[in-house]
Amino acid sequence: MMKQIKSVDELIKLKEAALNKIKERQIGNKTTIVVNMGTCGIAAGARDVMMAIIDEISKRNISDVIITQAGCAGMCEHEPMLEVIKPGMPQVIYGHLDKEKARRIVIEHVINSKVVGECALVQQA
Amino acid sequence: MHYYRSHVLVCAGSTCVTSGCRAVKETILEGIKSHQLEEEIKVVETGCMGFCELGPLVVVYPEGVMYCRVKAEDAAVIVNEHLLKGRIVKQLLYQDPNTRKPVPLVKDLHFLSKQTKIAMRNAGLINPKDIEEYIAGEGYFALAKVLSSMSPEEVIIEIKKSGLRGRGGAGFLTGLKWEFTAKAQGTQKYVVCNGDEGVPGVFMDRSILEGDPHSVIEAMAVAGYAIGADQGYVYVRAEYPLAVEKLRHAINQACEYGLLGENILGSGFNFDVNIRVGAGAFVCGEETALLASIEGRRGEPRPRPPFPANEGLWGKPTLINNVETFSSIPPIILKGGEWYASMGTEKSKGTKVFALTGKVNNTGLIEIPMGIPLEEIIFDIGGGIPDDKKLKAVQTGGPTGGFIPAEHVNVNMDYESLDELGTQIGSGSLTVLDEDTCVVDLVKFFVEFCQEESCGKCAPCRIGTKRMLEILERITRGEGKVEDIEALEKLCNYIKNTALCGLGQAAPNPVLSMLRYFRPELEAHVRDKHYPASVCAFPFDSPCQNTVEGGVR
Repeated sequence: MMKQIKSVDELIKLKEAALNKIKERQIGNKTTIVVNMGTCGIAAGARDVMMAIIDEISKRNISDVIITQAGCAGMCEHEPMLEVIKPGMPQVIYGHLDKEKARRIVIEHVINSKVVGECALVQQA
Repeated sequence: MHYYRSHVLVCAGSTCVTSGCRAVKETILEGIKSHQLEEEIKVVETGCMGFCELGPLVVVYPEGVMYCRVKAEDAAVIVNEHLLKGRIVKQLLYQDPNTRKPVPLVKDLHFLSKQTKIAMRNAGLINPKDIEEYIAGEGYFALAKVLSSMSPEEVIIEIKKSGLRGRGGAGFLTGLKWEFTAKAQGTQKYVVCNGDEGVPGVFMDRSILEGDPHSVIEAMAVAGYAIGADQGYVYVRAEYPLAVEKLRHAINQACEYGLLGENILGSGFNFDVNIRVGAGAFVCGEETALLASIEGRRGEPRPRPPFPANEGLWGKPTLINNVETFSSIPPIILKGGEWYASMGTEKSKGTKVFALTGKVNNTGLIEIPMGIPLEEIIFDIGGGIPDDKKLKAVQTGGPTGGFIPAEHVNVNMDYESLDELGTQIGSGSLTVLDEDTCVVDLVKFFVEFCQEESCGKCAPCRIGTKRMLEILERITRGEGKVEDIEALEKLCNYIKNTALCGLGQAAPNPVLSMLRYFRPELEAHVRDKHYPASVCAFPFDSPCQNTVEGGVR
């Protein structure tokens, strides 16, 4: 059984914790990560990349991130690829990814707002 | 807490349950399992989203894509295409009836984007069985605010400032009602929530109880604090089993979390809520009959005064508000009465939920600021009349309301403007009639409803409605006499002036409204034995005249 809420402060704390339950349903200033999941992407390991991103986001308890999928971007040899669109930053397409690189992108780009230069294919202002 | 990249919301309001949302949810869950997406995607059952015409509804976040009329086999496609591959399933999207183009995003739907959701703010967006989802949207913060920083008087002042009026039908100022009950003498007081929604075609209270029961519980606790009550009762009709189940679950959860019970949030304030299930008599929505029914007596009204604010449940001061009224309270407390009063017209503040039904493309529940033109509701939000038929009238206020004929379609929807037209907002039913609807036949249905639901305590209602019905039945059978119209008029006035309670006094309203706006149609029935809408066409059926252009008989 859940511990009873005894004060207003405890209610506010519970609200902060519970916010993650519905945050995905609120439209707002969010970072969007688009993972290319065409046949080429999946064959090159896009699914592992996406799972690594979900795991990292879940571990770090950040929830103003939207993860969506897209088809083939036409640059199959650079797969697995993904695009990060963070408000106030240039859009970046990353390529030749693996699980480790995906985790770095979450930490450096999504959280610390620094483009991971060595994985980046294209930057759009 | 685990992060899900996508939330799939399946509407589980009563309407969507009947159109098969359970099977849809099962199929989605199976599909997610077979594609091993359990760690990525969360499926949530919500309350009514309001767009019942298009149910079962499925909304996929974070994009906010809405799928309509989803069948179990379609659900498998949504999993395969949208959830697995990120491709929107075009054929299941809502199609704009004018442009014939699909509208993928919830926020772009005219039906929803024109609405302002306050009372229905959470319905369809959260899981009603999870109190934490309610708390996440600042749920119980209004209760916390009043308990920690407001005196009961300040709460009442805030409600008065908001100008909120009772949404159950009579439209009495909520703040005043709270003040009367707070000032009444007595150590024991009660808060009662009227969930005996009995008007045919109206279902906003059910939707709120099903989709967001905590907002009602929280508001009742706020009211308890303001008037000095420690016990609340929710009176729900037994025909709403899902609402009763969700509400019961919510009350238990609130008790578990310490948001109901003793010493709430360490403030020393105690409050409990119980459910009373009514057998579903229309008259029990009348407050004195409702109180009698809660006490275990026969559901019959009694003369007022004394009003329940002074002598209510077991003779104690009692505050009675409707479900929709209560669910508007928490935002008013959090954002202030002035915020609420900034919406609507001078005398009708805030928003009202309407149940849009009848001959209109988009039926369902809509919440809109008071005072917007009826035209906008029917042709913009409602998407117009099906099959390019002509609008004949809009019936408001249910079986005790009246008509707004097509020539008044630009009327502003507020208490005063509708009053001028001889009808009322009532509990918020809007039944759209097209040229094929016979007004006499419809009025007969309403009178029949009131006659059946009359509790029989007073003669004007018991006998009067029966006589009215007999006359109307005769007319629709084609045996009407010219004197009948005068007799109807007389009867109406007698009943209106002498019946004991609101039900009886209002029962003649549809007849009076018909006499005011559709006298020629009634006279055609009686004198010419001609039935313009070909409904009461016995014994001569002449549909050609109505359905073929040029009026060929």
